[in-house]
Amino acid sequence: MVSIGLEHYLILSAVLFSIGLYGALAKRNIIIILMCIELMLNAVNIAMVAFSRFVTPALLTGQIFAIFVMVVAAAEAAVGLAIVISLYRNRETIDSIKTDLMKW
Amino acid sequence: MGVDIAFWILDAIIVAAAVAVVALRNIFRAALALILCFLAVAGIYVTLSADFLAAVQILIYVGGISVLIILAIMLTRDVQQGSPSNKLRVPAFLIALIFLGIMTYALINTVWPISTASPVEPTTAAIANQLLGQGGYILPLEIAGVLLLAAILGAIVLVREK
Repeated sequence: MVSIGLEHYLILSAVLFSIGLYGALAKRNIIIILMCIELMLNAVNIAMVAFSRFVTPALLTGQIFAIFVMVVAAAEAAVGLAIVISLYRNRETIDSIKTDLMKW
Repeated sequence: MGVDIAFWILDAIIVAAAVAVVALRNIFRAALALILCFLAVAGIYVTLSADFLAAVQILIYVGGISVLIILAIMLTRDVQQGSPSNKLRVPAFLIALIFLGIMTYALINTVWPISTASPVEPTTAAIANQLLGQGGYILPLEIAGVLLLAAILGAIVLVREK
């Protein structure tokens, strides 16, 4: 049995990102799309912490970047869900097909 | 050896929970699967000896973002049942699969500059030095604070009753 290395973590990250990408592209419910975006951000964080552990163990730069990604993810979740609730209040739908107000 | 076993178990939990988020019909159950996925990612951080990030992951994602998502699901519950797919389901699946294939091919065929130095433990003091110390990330940290303030104000303005 081969020992766990950088490639294992990076492939896990790629798998998680692909699942999130499929969900974000193919789903109609806006809340599910936001959840899939959170999955993709988590995949990126796994990749950065793995690089930090295996490539620059003493500098921790990847972990610093992961913290900033978490900050942006929290801001994105707050604003995104506020938009969803506002949309529901004004148009009674959270379906991305019916939300075509800005479609040209 | 113990880290290897933990990695494979957490790996299986993460992939299964992520597939459940995409595949489950019930939105609330999908949100619960998302919380399980966040918890397993915190475990992955522990296997990477990133103890501070594991704690932050549980505090922010499991404690904060999950509550926001469940709150939004509860507030919009009576409009839509299930989580249907749109017309682009098959192309989206193909795109995700092609992306995964290209990424895996590139990852396996790249020679990474692996360092053999042992990781810093515990990481909290080292991260604080990097963030706040001389020549560190103090300006991005301040900008992150301003971004969070702007996001909170924006969320309040968006959901305020007119």
